[in-house]
Amino acid sequence: MAKISGAEIFIESLKKENVEVLFGYPGGAVIPIYDKLYDAPFKNVLTRHEQGAIHAADGYARSTGKVGVCISTSGPGATNLVTGLATAYMDSVPMVAFSGQVSSSLLGKDAFQEADVRGITMPITKHNYLVTDVKDLARIIKEAFYIASSGRPGPVLIDLPVDITKELAEFEYPESIDLPGYNPEYNIDKDKLSEAAELINSSKKAVIFAGGGAISSGAGNVLEAFAKKSRIPVITSLMGLGAFPEDNELSLGMPGMHGCRSANYALTESDLIIAVGVRFDDRVTGKLDTFAPNAKVIHIDIDPAEISKNVDALIPLIGDAKEVLEGLSPLIKESKKEAWITQICEWKTNNPYKYDDDSNEIKPQYVIEELNRLTDGKAVIVTEVGQNQMWAAQYYNYSVPRNFLSSGGLGTMGYGLPAALGAQLGRKDDVVIDISGDGSFQMNVQELATIKNYNLPVKIIILNNSSLGMVRQWQELFFEKRYSSTILENPDFVKLAEAYGIYAARIEDAKELSKALEDALNHDGPVLMDIKVAQEENVFPMVPAGKGIQEMIGG
Amino acid sequence: MKHKHILSVTVANHPGVLTRISGLLSRRNFNIDSLNVGETDNPDYSRMTIELSADDRTLEQVKKQLDKLIEVIEIIELDKSNIVDRDLALIRVDCPKENRSEIIQIVDTFRAKVVDLSKDSIMIEATGTEYKIEGLIEILKEFGIRDIVRTGIVALNRGQVTD
Repeated sequence: MAKISGAEIFIESLKKENVEVLFGYPGGAVIPIYDKLYDAPFKNVLTRHEQGAIHAADGYARSTGKVGVCISTSGPGATNLVTGLATAYMDSVPMVAFSGQVSSSLLGKDAFQEADVRGITMPITKHNYLVTDVKDLARIIKEAFYIASSGRPGPVLIDLPVDITKELAEFEYPESIDLPGYNPEYNIDKDKLSEAAELINSSKKAVIFAGGGAISSGAGNVLEAFAKKSRIPVITSLMGLGAFPEDNELSLGMPGMHGCRSANYALTESDLIIAVGVRFDDRVTGKLDTFAPNAKVIHIDIDPAEISKNVDALIPLIGDAKEVLEGLSPLIKESKKEAWITQICEWKTNNPYKYDDDSNEIKPQYVIEELNRLTDGKAVIVTEVGQNQMWAAQYYNYSVPRNFLSSGGLGTMGYGLPAALGAQLGRKDDVVIDISGDGSFQMNVQELATIKNYNLPVKIIILNNSSLGMVRQWQELFFEKRYSSTILENPDFVKLAEAYGIYAARIEDAKELSKALEDALNHDGPVLMDIKVAQEENVFPMVPAGKGIQEMIGG
Repeated sequence: MKHKHILSVTVANHPGVLTRISGLLSRRNFNIDSLNVGETDNPDYSRMTIELSADDRTLEQVKKQLDKLIEVIEIIELDKSNIVDRDLALIRVDCPKENRSEIIQIVDTFRAKVVDLSKDSIMIEATGTEYKIEGLIEILKEFGIRDIVRTGIVALNRGQVTD
């Protein structure tokens, strides 16, 4: 068999994995790879920063369910991937990231652009590799894609010394995987399944609490059928938005710190929580001692370490969320829980998300409502982090999975813009909207160039309140309005976009908003809308830090 | 309630595995009392013996988090009533001539060994349960201990009892 170089093995392996698009940024240690990428059969997207590349790969992965792939050079290129790896790790996003590394002979000698990337990324990857022999490269890539996409998905990093990419080896892509310490397939425990069904059938005030795991397992339809049959209302976490259609009468929306009152009341009053692919994050539970005091918990998760990590589970059901629900469904009796449903509906009717409308200023919530109306709730919504993220979660109606992309666990500002460009490449025919704040937007603003270069029709909506709104809100409520470092003096975003060659407009009058948004959505290409919104608008309702989720203020 | 637990962890014999495991334990705020590692009969695998103090809930998390590591093959929590566990210590003690016979007597009592002797010091090798080692150290303290090095616990389950 003819021998080929490590860089060629890299290309051939990615072809075997059916990679459609690679996001990256070149540099010294990856020049041999970039040489081969010059005529690779898949798309090679040059971002303007490695952080942009990895968030774009993340947005691509979340919006399509496929593995996102990115590459950087060694040292600073690789350390620029760190935030993106941690973001993907916290939200269980399947991703394979390659970092170039200095030549093997220079490892550990503080060589130019050397950083111990395997050491740095150990706690923020599902697994990582340092390639020490070109003969291992194909096997490692195969394993990386398998680990990233199976079980509880997550990012895998491959650190690739430059000499390995130049050395020659025979290319043979392994057929099978041999990882004795990794078995992501679980046989569902039949006894536990019966126990769970019994508990569900005898419950009076059950709720389903679905999260990111429901989306990554593709449990959407099964979950819907399960909820309909059992007549059990469904709460969806931030990461679970879209796992269950919000227009369904059984939908209770999002719980937690900025969730809706009905979801928090339902959790607090419930006698049984059927948790589906959630990790009971502190932003959901509030003060743990008072969280759902009367509820027993059935916890469905593919990661055994999530069971009883934060909230004790009476019945753990380890396995793929979709498969577990499929196993559980036939055991569930069609039941009438109408007293509970009536109570839920009353909470919903009495406690919608609300804000004071004001004709003098544009309310950010109104912007999201209008976007929802104009896109019929069908756009892919990508958010930054902060108030913009919460309003996007609250005021848009999510009805299908993979249409809400947001950094939930890590809360990474600067995620939205690059993630939106990645999502647009994965979902060419869909409308992709980046809902942004003026603070977050500036954290990866350089990706406007990438969006323009590839003419990606991303719609960028800046909810511009000239402040770091969420921190400003906390300062207003809990720090005597001492606005320390949260009021921003911003550049002219319209001129900025125009400098990048992107169509842009500023909206300051609420009466012009609908028309302007409609124009933006109809524009054939990328658009930036700088929308001046009320600076002092807060995200409500809100559970103050350290309180129980039933103790909400505002809204 | 915190108790001492011993985990016997079979891991892939790869560079960096020790970092991965010790890093995970410290990052998640789990307290290790001792950890040692050595190759098994199969050169592809190493065995770590990890001794830690934890309540039941924390122990459960330690095991599950360790199990998530791709290079961890198997985790067994050893049942203290059914194991052979050993700690090895090398202890250098001040030993002027006049104390020599007394110290050697103590060493004999503990079934330890003298492995080095100089004009004014003596080195003792002791193997046994950690309680035995601690007992020996306690007694040697009055003579003046200069250096101690200990392996921490290594342990294996006892064989099946046959009739």
